[in-house]
Amino acid sequence: MAIDEGLKHELRRQGIVVMKLEELYNWGRRSSIWPMQFGLACCAIEMIATACARYDIARFGAELFRASPRQADLMIVAGTVTKKMAPQVVRLYNQMAEPKYVVAMGACAISGGPFNRGYNVLKGIDRYIPVDVHVPGCPPTPQALLDGLMKLQEKIDTQHLADVEWYSRAAPREYPVPRFGPRGLEPQYNPHVWQPPEPTGIYLSSKPKEQKRTPTAATT
Amino acid sequence: MTFLPSASILKSYMADPIYTYHVLFVALFVAIAVIFAVLPLVLQRFIAPKKPSVIKNSPYECGLESVGDPWVRFRVQYYLYALLFVIFDVEVVFIYPWAVALRELGAWAFIEMVIFLGILALGLAYAWKKGVLEW
Repeated sequence: MAIDEGLKHELRRQGIVVMKLEELYNWGRRSSIWPMQFGLACCAIEMIATACARYDIARFGAELFRASPRQADLMIVAGTVTKKMAPQVVRLYNQMAEPKYVVAMGACAISGGPFNRGYNVLKGIDRYIPVDVHVPGCPPTPQALLDGLMKLQEKIDTQHLADVEWYSRAAPREYPVPRFGPRGLEPQYNPHVWQPPEPTGIYLSSKPKEQKRTPTAATT
Repeated sequence: MTFLPSASILKSYMADPIYTYHVLFVALFVAIAVIFAVLPLVLQRFIAPKKPSVIKNSPYECGLESVGDPWVRFRVQYYLYALLFVIFDVEVVFIYPWAVALRELGAWAFIEMVIFLGILALGLAYAWKKGVLEW
C-alpha cells in the first residue's frame, strides 16, 4: 500500500511529512551514527580533524565519539591494523551492540597499504569483520571520510526492517577472535567474511615453473 | 497521627475546587514523569535487537581480556609509602604560591621555607632509615 509520490510531495509542500515506519526508523539511525573513539595510526589524526570544527562531522549527527563499544554504532578502523592489534579490534567489534557498521579508513585498514608486504601487518581488516564502507587514501582526507559516512547513510537508507540481520536469529552472534601466536594470527581469516581471491594473471603464469620443480611432475 | 489535619479540615480542603485543581496538576506531572521514564524502557524491549554473546557480556568493554583476579592484595607498606607521597605532594602546593610571592616576602620567607623543607627532609630520612621505602 504505497502512498502516491505526487500526493506525498504535495503534502510535504503543505508541511506534512508522510513516511513509512521503516523510513522513520532508518532516518533516526542514519542521523545518529555514533562512532567508536579509537584510532590505530595516522588516519586517526584525519578522523580527529573530521570531528573538529572545520569539517564538523556533527552535521551528519556522527559527532558523538563514544569511548565504549557498547554505546557505539560505527567502528572507524582508522589506520594500520597490526597482527598484534587485530584480536583487540575484533573483540571490540564483538562488544558493539547491533546494528553495527564498520568503515575501513585508509589503505592500511583496507589492504595493509604501504605495509602490505610487512611481516606484522594485517592485510585488511575485512578478513575478520564485515566492512561496510572502504575509504581509500593514505591517509584519506576528512572530506573522504565524510563521503564514506554519507555512503554508509545511503546503505542504512536501503535496509529493510523485515530482513535486517540483527533481528534474525540465524545471523552470527559473535565473530571469532583470532589468536596472535608465534606464527602470526590464527586463523588467518574468517571464511564467513572473506575468502582468498582466485589466483589470476601472474600466479597462473608462474604455475608451470612450480610444477617443474616438484619431483612428481618431473617423473610424469 | 496528631500532626495530620482533622477529618473536617481535610473535607473542607477537598471541597475547595482550587485545592483539588492543584493536586490534579501535581498528579498529572507525576503521571507524565512516570510515562516519560517507563516508555523508552518498554519500547526498547520491542525494538532493541538482542544478541548477547560471551564477549559482549564480559564485564569490561575492552579489547583485552581481563587477566587475573580483581581482588589483589596490597602490602600494608604501600600505605606508608602513599602517605609519604601525599606529604611531598602537598608540599608542592605550599611552594608554588611561596615561589610566586618570594620577591615581596623577602629573605625571611626563604629561611622559613628552608626550615619547613628541612623538617620534611628529616621526616623522609627517618622513614627511609625505618625501611618504609623498601619492600
